[in-house]
Amino acid sequence: MMEIFEPYFALVNQENLWELLIMVLQVVGVISPLLVCVAYLTWAERKVIASMQLRKGPTHVGWAGLGQPIADAVKLLFKENAIPANASKVVYMIAPMMVMIPAVIAWAVIPFDEGLVVADVNLGVMYLLATSALGVYGVLMAGWSSNSKYPFLGAVRTGAQMVSYEVSMGLTVLSVILMAGSMNLTEIVKAQETVWFMIPAFPMFIVFIISILAETNRAPFDLPEAEAELVAGYFTEYSSSSFALFFLGEYANMILMSAITVVLFMGGWLPPMDIAPFNWIPGFIWFFIKVAFILFIFLWSRATFPRFRYDQLMRLGWKVFLPFTLFWLVLTAGAMHVFDLV
Amino acid sequence: MLEEYFPVLIFLIIGTGISLLFTAIPFIVAERKPDSEKLSPYECGFEAFDTARKRFDVRFYLVAILFIIFDLEVAFLFPWAMAFGDIGLFGFWSMMVFLLVLTVGFIYEWKKGALEWE
Repeated sequence: MMEIFEPYFALVNQENLWELLIMVLQVVGVISPLLVCVAYLTWAERKVIASMQLRKGPTHVGWAGLGQPIADAVKLLFKENAIPANASKVVYMIAPMMVMIPAVIAWAVIPFDEGLVVADVNLGVMYLLATSALGVYGVLMAGWSSNSKYPFLGAVRTGAQMVSYEVSMGLTVLSVILMAGSMNLTEIVKAQETVWFMIPAFPMFIVFIISILAETNRAPFDLPEAEAELVAGYFTEYSSSSFALFFLGEYANMILMSAITVVLFMGGWLPPMDIAPFNWIPGFIWFFIKVAFILFIFLWSRATFPRFRYDQLMRLGWKVFLPFTLFWLVLTAGAMHVFDLV
Repeated sequence: MLEEYFPVLIFLIIGTGISLLFTAIPFIVAERKPDSEKLSPYECGFEAFDTARKRFDVRFYLVAILFIIFDLEVAFLFPWAMAFGDIGLFGFWSMMVFLLVLTVGFIYEWKKGALEWE
């Protein structure tokens, strides 16, 4: 096991301690804004949904309720962490971390602007698919270790839902790789300088948006948390900071999935048109505007759509998205040969 | 080659650190008063009945198996998509044959009712 890390330890010595420090600062520079974004996404969600339902949302803590996320965090951290008596305690404590950690480490490869990426790896897409698939372990561990029937049912459902939509997500990503000819995320964005992939592959863009809603267990696919039948799904038994970690993980995943959509389909940091007023704005600001737009779609669909039934969810994943994405992949590959775009 | 992935290790360490810190804080700062009611499995308004370790629908298992097959297929497609420019028409048609075989399997399982949930 340790041999794998050997080359990494070799990297850490006196000479490049400075580089290491800079790298740590970079990582902290990605993670801390991410945590702030997660906190304020919960605020934005409450505000947006409130406006759509003609309510006001949080108003009391700070100006326009801006202190609300901080108050919530403090409240959760100062609560007693009640561990159910017949839970498998170690697995029970590890499960929320297993949701949170993949949602954080995936950010290593996301390019915020040209050159503004912590790890510019050539297998970026593969890495993202791998890390985003890890979240399902935390969910299954939580449901099983709680030793209570609602979390168990919730976990089984969530597991099946997440793996079902992962297949169509993978095929969607493949059609992007075909068009870009690279798995490096920076190069995928650069391949979109002529046209964003959401235009030639518009159906794939829609499939991807719906798949990320299902992957992150958001409405209308929030069956794992279907309050009326499963209380809170796989984290019913969780309290205090363990619950907060699930919450953080879920929202960090939402932001991550939005960022992936932006990189794969909406031209990352590129302005909509490379003309005067648009290219004055720096790239990373475009990136954040686009991510905010996709996040708004997340919130919008929660306020608008009723929840799917489980059989409808499975039908959509296996009988609609899987054949369709496969067909579109073959179509893309064929079209590239016919029009000599290879 | 490996150096590119070094930041991922730092991400992993810091991410784990934050998670551990979060988990630890309530054990340090919060008052703990466990009692048997608080620690019993959740139930809404009456005594908890039934155990969590019970049978569940075999279709969940079936979905997991189907997932393995199709995710493997996706894994096979990745190198193909990357080498798409170099392998020419022969590479294209070879993959089409592979996908055709898979599609026949997919139609079979569909007709067998493996994808039905009612």
